[in-house]
Amino acid sequence: MVDWFRRTKTGLLSTEKKVIPDGLWIKCPKCSEYLYKRELERNFWICTQCQYHFRISSSNYFTILIDGDYEEFNQKMKSNDPLKFKDSKRYSDRVKEAHAKTGLYDAVVTVEGDIDKHRVVLCVMDFNFVGGSMGSVVGEKISRAIDRAREKKLPLIIVSSSGGARMQEGVLSLMQMAKTSAKLAQFHGEGGFFISILTDPTTGGTTASFAMLGDIIIAEPGALIGFAGERVIKQTIGKDLPEGFQRAEFLLEKGFVDMIIGRSEIKKTIIKLLDFFNDKN
Amino acid sequence: MAKLTLEFEKPILELEQKIDEMRELSRVNGVDLIDEIQKLDEKLNKLVKKTYSNLNRWQRVQLARHPDRPYTLDYLDKMCSEFIEIHGDRHFADDKSIIAGFATIEKHKVVVIGHQKGRNIKENVYRNFGSPHPEGYRKALRAMKLAEKFNKPVISFIDTQGAYPGIGAEERGQAEAIARNLFEMSRLRTPILICVIGEGASGGALGIGVGDRNIVLENTWYSVISPEGCASILYRDAGKANIAAESMKVTAQDLYELGVADELVTEPDGSAHRNPDATAKKLKSAILRNLDELCAIPADELVRLRIEKYSKMGSWDEE
Repeated sequence: MVDWFRRTKTGLLSTEKKVIPDGLWIKCPKCSEYLYKRELERNFWICTQCQYHFRISSSNYFTILIDGDYEEFNQKMKSNDPLKFKDSKRYSDRVKEAHAKTGLYDAVVTVEGDIDKHRVVLCVMDFNFVGGSMGSVVGEKISRAIDRAREKKLPLIIVSSSGGARMQEGVLSLMQMAKTSAKLAQFHGEGGFFISILTDPTTGGTTASFAMLGDIIIAEPGALIGFAGERVIKQTIGKDLPEGFQRAEFLLEKGFVDMIIGRSEIKKTIIKLLDFFNDKN
Repeated sequence: MAKLTLEFEKPILELEQKIDEMRELSRVNGVDLIDEIQKLDEKLNKLVKKTYSNLNRWQRVQLARHPDRPYTLDYLDKMCSEFIEIHGDRHFADDKSIIAGFATIEKHKVVVIGHQKGRNIKENVYRNFGSPHPEGYRKALRAMKLAEKFNKPVISFIDTQGAYPGIGAEERGQAEAIARNLFEMSRLRTPILICVIGEGASGGALGIGVGDRNIVLENTWYSVISPEGCASILYRDAGKANIAAESMKVTAQDLYELGVADELVTEPDGSAHRNPDATAKKLKSAILRNLDELCAIPADELVRLRIEKYSKMGSWDEE
């Protein structure tokens, strides 16, 4: 199979090199199979051979989950680099580069839209923006999304993909964990329904705050989910980590997620849950 | 046990040794050195003041970790007339890196939780170097729920190099345990007073660190990651922790300026490890004053104000 694809690709390259659009074929990082991009898109960015779930952008998620148009809010909120942080580059430049790369202003997009007959508030984090890290903007946008869901009595869905709290904003990033959790407590107190979806990867301060506080927690197959990073744990304990450690299946086994749902089925599952819990209006 | 002397404290130690020698000389030989000793004492006072008031951030991080610095149990011992410790999370184990119990401070009956480090290898193994597993956070939550039920304020002492990064900790839901505490602490219907007494590393600190007031001692640090952790990721060299400490602005003073700390308690003569009793006394009076204020606020209002306080944290621009 692999050979067949290889021959085809080489053939195409040799004859029509210039007209082949960049990235028409994509190699699966897990099984190394070459996949036709359009086919992959149709298949929710899941490898047709090994079911590997590609990391996808926030906009892909809106296509998967939302029916029709949606309204984005707080779109242009952006970091003002409160610590004037600099490592190998300035943090402000890092943010600008991320914006140029993704078109986003920070690592979460918050919208209101429809899923089947349910109006919902949906937040989707984007790993392509500074590793999906949570600084003040992510914390504030998610907090406002929670407030909106509370005030309008709408269900809340957050899709996480994040390396954790953002180092370049120091303790202010850390405090976003407290802020978002406090907002969720308030939402919870008023009977709000919250589905947390964990995708690859969800780690650090994101996991240790809103991501783990869903009424229902759904993980994507194979997603890396945890608190401490693999390297840090290895260094601390001086041992290799067991197979499948901190993967979605491991968390399901240990009792920390409700279910693992493939991306192709996730919308159906969400609709069922919304039908069950969001039946008051 | 040999005392740890940090590099920048060496001139102080040398001068102290010199003064001791002169005192000894004076005593043994009956020589009158009072004037000289007095002069040196004055010089020492000036040197102490100068040294501890001109520290850079990395030096303060080192002080926050000083093994002679008072830990949670030391403060309880110095502040409380009574302390009854409780154990275990009722699910899995007792985590010795977080202590929980009931204390009496003057007229206040309070529930106390706090990270606890050890002072030597044996104690540190027992305390897991003050790095909690999920059970520690769950024990703390159990104590806080008791506080809420019986209308007692909570005092939380923060001093950890971070939640423990291990296999068991992940298996038993380190992230869930911390998240749960943030959630529950933000809506706990009784006052919560946070005291940062040493190190405040990331979620491991915040996991018992959400409250109505945040008091920070002068030589403490608190951030999203340790300076070493930040340096090894962003600078690819843990040895650049001093630069990371500066960049991340990790000290008590920074916290105060960033609106994360509500009150900064200066340490007597600049350092808690040299003046543990006087430090405990100052911290105690700050605690009592804050408790008096917080205990006068009705629970609904308290929770509202607490959520509002965290809502304001952070810094961003919008069009």
